[in-house]
Amino acid sequence: MITIENLSKIYGSQKVLNIESLNIPTGQSFGLVGNNGAGKTTLFSFLLDLIQPTTGHIINNDVQVNTSEDWKPFTSSFIDETFLIGYLTPEEYFYFIGDLRGQNKADVDALLAQYQDFFHGEILGQKKYLRDLSKGNQKKAGIVASFIGNPKVVILDEPFANLDPTTQIRLKQIIKELAEQKDVTVLVSSHDLIHVTEVCERIVVLNKGEVVKDIERSAETLKELEVFFGAESALPVAE
Amino acid sequence: MFKRFSSLQWKSFFRSSNIGKSLGIKIVMGFFGVYMLISLAGAGVGLYFLLKEIFPDQSPMWTISQYFIYWILMELFLRYFMQKLPVMDIKPFLTTPVKKSTIAHYILGRSAASIYNLLTIFFIVPFAIVLLFNGYPVLNVLLWIVGIIGIVLSINYVNLLVNKNDKVLIAIVSVLVLGYGLDYFGVFSIKEFFAPVFHALYAYPITVLIPIALAAIIYYLNYKFLRDKIYLDAKLKTKAVEANTSDMSWTKRFGEMGSFLQLDLKMIWRNKRTKSQVYISILFVFYGLVFYTQEMYSSMMPMKAFVGIFMTGIFLSNFGQFIPAWDSSYYSMMMSQNIPMRKYLESKVILITVSVVGMFLLTIPYVYFGWEALAINFGCALYNLGVNIPVILYFGSFNKKRIELDQSPFGNMQGASATQFLVMLPVMVVPIIIFSIFYYIFNIEVAVGVLSVLGIIGFAMKNYLLGLITEQYKKKKYGMIAGFKEKAS
Repeated sequence: MITIENLSKIYGSQKVLNIESLNIPTGQSFGLVGNNGAGKTTLFSFLLDLIQPTTGHIINNDVQVNTSEDWKPFTSSFIDETFLIGYLTPEEYFYFIGDLRGQNKADVDALLAQYQDFFHGEILGQKKYLRDLSKGNQKKAGIVASFIGNPKVVILDEPFANLDPTTQIRLKQIIKELAEQKDVTVLVSSHDLIHVTEVCERIVVLNKGEVVKDIERSAETLKELEVFFGAESALPVAE
Repeated sequence: MFKRFSSLQWKSFFRSSNIGKSLGIKIVMGFFGVYMLISLAGAGVGLYFLLKEIFPDQSPMWTISQYFIYWILMELFLRYFMQKLPVMDIKPFLTTPVKKSTIAHYILGRSAASIYNLLTIFFIVPFAIVLLFNGYPVLNVLLWIVGIIGIVLSINYVNLLVNKNDKVLIAIVSVLVLGYGLDYFGVFSIKEFFAPVFHALYAYPITVLIPIALAAIIYYLNYKFLRDKIYLDAKLKTKAVEANTSDMSWTKRFGEMGSFLQLDLKMIWRNKRTKSQVYISILFVFYGLVFYTQEMYSSMMPMKAFVGIFMTGIFLSNFGQFIPAWDSSYYSMMMSQNIPMRKYLESKVILITVSVVGMFLLTIPYVYFGWEALAINFGCALYNLGVNIPVILYFGSFNKKRIELDQSPFGNMQGASATQFLVMLPVMVVPIIIFSIFYYIFNIEVAVGVLSVLGIIGFAMKNYLLGLITEQYKKKKYGMIAGFKEKAS
């Protein structure tokens, strides 16, 4: 269970995030959508204690994120390529993450074997450092690395961006399977409404740092979201 | 077009996010540059009289012609290390209606204005002025200067063509050493062979056309080469090196710290900047020779303390001062992964400790210069271990500037800020002051003893100190994450 209370971030006079209260129950697959600058990455950065909240806090499974480091063992994430270590090969990177999460080589190998399809033969055994892989392949490596060590909370920022269509479809399958496990909470953000509605049971729309919609997925969700964002584009820009 | 390119270059510098700091550094570097140029000019003036005194029976012009071939080789050698190849972010221009030839000319033209070209000119022109005052023919001297400028530009463009090719460097060094050797042992006089060649530039003004033509030809070669390379997949794409995976399972012996240690070692070996840092550190083992072999320093014990601190602590200061910026490109990952801050820091401590011990072992041969040398180095090593490691880690928490690992360290001020200059004070100066005080009041035994005891005390308090430093890193964490995200320009 992740509880967000009264969380806000103010840069100068600009409020970039302001969430009064948000609860994400254990095991939920949680989707975050919003336009650029809506605060999606900011919210995820709070969850990982990468930025300091102006007010409020997040409690991740009874651990207050900005005061204790105890959330780290059960939380894993892939936000962007700054989460990769460029001078390692993908294998070395996976083993390193495995080491940090108490998984030995065999454990990691077993996990990687499940993702052979997803890797499409472009990640393992390439004799290339991560920095020399294409953006899409870097992303694949980063996403799979976040599955190492049986995390209870998985945070993926824009996982579908930069991936080819085949990989997107496979990734959707993977996230769905992950979400089916009762004790794993998955948090995904995306610009692609179709992907999010397919993968997540609950969708929260952020706009200018505020939660403007919080819906359980149903047959109409996609339509509803399209109407919302369509209307947003039709409106004149409020100054 | 050229004007527009220049203005873009200008903007990219002034609009970069860390302009304040980098401007400060640029100004310091600028002063340094001016100082260099002035000293060169002074040397140029003095050269005439110096040559006159050493070789009274031949014209300084002839002497300088004799050695000019070495000058050229040396310049090529130095430029290989120092001169950055001119780059411009040309990707955005590929799709705009700018002719490729214009881009190529701009890049080459800009390199003609490099400070390295000024060095020789600043040296040669004052020399020539002195020549004029001494009644050398005006036309000859002026055209000689033009000829030299032609040669300098040729060197400049040859260096671009060489493009940091190791084989060429080895060739240059071998020619240099071989030629000097032949000269020195009187087998064949390279000096005498080339002297008339370069002297001709002065003696026969018409020959000035040769260096000018040479410069033009090399420029043209460069231009053709560059123009054909302005494609995304040729010049612009950096070559991918084949990964060499190494097991390094021996690091497991360090327990939990093993994986961090392994990561650090890989970082050091697989990135240009860190790798050169190691080579530089090892080279500095010979620094002591400068002081120990000279009569003048033999009684100056504080100088030896400086050398001791420096030699055993060179890696400590070179590597340590940029902790944790070495990990800057993936720092947010490190901070959200399952890594307690303290473990992270402890692994750095182990790495630096190993380096200090290693450097001390390498300096043991200095015992040849007397037992004091060994004793001082030992005391300094202990002080480095106990006191300087915590100090440098503490100052590391002020680092907020990103480092791109795959760039050369020569003249690279990336990641540097005022902190780096400040940190040298406690690390280098304080132990020397302590040593000097106790040395002059008592004697060398007491001075070395005090340094050692301080080191041991620091070592004993290691856990407590590391705890304090960990707190400091936690406090500074958010600032570091934000700072490391800003790409240095």
